[in-house]
Amino acid sequence: MSKTANALYAGRKRTNIIAMTLCYAATIFGLMWLTLILASLLINGIPGLSLAIFFENTPPPNAQGGGLANAIVGSLMLTTLGVGIGAPVGILAGTYMAEYGRYERITSVIRFINDILLSAPSIIIGLFIYTLVVLPMGQFSGIAGALALAVIVIPVVVRTTEDMLMLVPNPLREAASALGMPRSLVIKQVAYRAARAGIITGVLLAVARVSGETAPLLFTVLSNQFWSLDITQPLANLPVTINNFINNPDPNWKKLAWTGALIITFAVLSLNIGARALSKSSQSK
Amino acid sequence: MTDMAMTSHAASGASAERAAVLQKLRGRDTLFYWMTRIAAISVLGLLGAIMISLVIGAWPAISTYGLSFITTVRWAPNAMPTPVLGGLSPLIGTLITSIVALLIAVPVGLGIAIFLTELCPPRLMRPISIAIEMLAGIPSIIYGMWGFFVLGPFLAERGLGGNLSLLNASLILAIMVLPFITAISRDVFATVPPVLKEAAYGVGCTTWEVVRNVVVPYTRVGIIGGVMLALGRALGETMAVTFVVGNSFRLPSSLFSPGTTISAAIASEFAESADLHQSALILLGLLLFVLTFAVLTIARLMLMRLEKQKGA
Repeated sequence: MSKTANALYAGRKRTNIIAMTLCYAATIFGLMWLTLILASLLINGIPGLSLAIFFENTPPPNAQGGGLANAIVGSLMLTTLGVGIGAPVGILAGTYMAEYGRYERITSVIRFINDILLSAPSIIIGLFIYTLVVLPMGQFSGIAGALALAVIVIPVVVRTTEDMLMLVPNPLREAASALGMPRSLVIKQVAYRAARAGIITGVLLAVARVSGETAPLLFTVLSNQFWSLDITQPLANLPVTINNFINNPDPNWKKLAWTGALIITFAVLSLNIGARALSKSSQSK
Repeated sequence: MTDMAMTSHAASGASAERAAVLQKLRGRDTLFYWMTRIAAISVLGLLGAIMISLVIGAWPAISTYGLSFITTVRWAPNAMPTPVLGGLSPLIGTLITSIVALLIAVPVGLGIAIFLTELCPPRLMRPISIAIEMLAGIPSIIYGMWGFFVLGPFLAERGLGGNLSLLNASLILAIMVLPFITAISRDVFATVPPVLKEAAYGVGCTTWEVVRNVVVPYTRVGIIGGVMLALGRALGETMAVTFVVGNSFRLPSSLFSPGTTISAAIASEFAESADLHQSALILLGLLLFVLTFAVLTIARLMLMRLEKQKGA
């Protein structure tokens, strides 16, 4: 009997060891992909990295040299505009949900819809802006792309703003109200200040999210081979430029695509890490 | 009432000034309230607007093809006199790549979550979870590029299909949804009351038995919610898939053959499409939206149920 008990025990132990080894393996497997992707980016992207990347425009096919200056500037413009339009709307909507309508039914409906928008396929948002902006305007334009990005920014910012304002302790608001402050001042002077780090984190995360977005830009801004700052015209931008360069056999374009990919990835990852560090430092405070 | 009292004493200059300030404040207060309210309602309107614009854009295709759109394989935008357009192969491609991706990512994601909550030395916990979450931060076009230049040739060398195949797309999708599954499972695992786990360890359970019999049953709903959320992501992922799936409008014979997905079809053809062809692509987009909407709704409802349980 003790023999069967021992066998049973050994069996349980073996199962445990196998399962735990698999968990270790899964973790290594997951980390492996990150290492592989970052390594290929570094290996293929660094050789193309030079000052020309930031000062010269995208070259025509089958030419030598050139850079990504117009694409980088275009991307910065699109991201700034998109976040500039989307973030205020998102912050205001999040404010309503946490401050004015916290216990209203409509708030839970908005929260639900917002969560759906948060994970809605970005290509659908491209289609939406195409029918709403590009068709009536009659052409692809920078502003259409910025609007598409704004639609992606809004749900991210709504979510973090609401969450962060909910964390602000009520006694702070009550104290301000007791001093006779109107509601909007209580929100602006007290609640926003208390939740500032969190709200900024949300905006940073939104910047990180949209600066790599490609799908919604494909048929809203298109791209532009030349230097342009006109947002009513197609605008060069990094993701779509990379997309076009990958689809072409030209080795010079391929090299630029890798370098562009390296720049974009490291920009996005540093934004992510920055946002994380900011939210951590505000939590520990 | 206080305001009325103040206006009646308007004779003294100080109180008139005070009334003016209060009046201004009241105006700004109302203005701010309405700004936030309109912003909040516009979020609600956004979803409706997306739905309506898709239906309007897709209407020509709906009225031409009707239900046969989702049962037809042939995709011939240049056929005469009317283009023949069927959405069956992108629909099937979307479902196959997403499901295969989940079959890979769910066990791995759960494994990592178990590692993080049960096995990991506390010092390594933060760096490892950040590293896994970094995977979610990498833009999707980078995944597509990497799949196209690195993973595709690697698979082709080993005889696992060509450079462009459903398998390649599924693998890339699996890597992309892995961080979502890991993060959500880790968070729901953390909701298990320590007392339950300690009790199980106390009667002599091994780590695996605690996970299997206590942690997983307790968090089942949350895990399924997380998996559905990941499925929603996988269904709509565009750039990563477009580069590696092959964009072939045929019924795939196996995982190793090229295929297409809804998002890949839209991404690669939309900019050069017109009329009925464009409308058919928007119809594909509408189908994708309805599909992800349904999946995400189920996911949210499940996660909400878990939250309610936790609050109770």
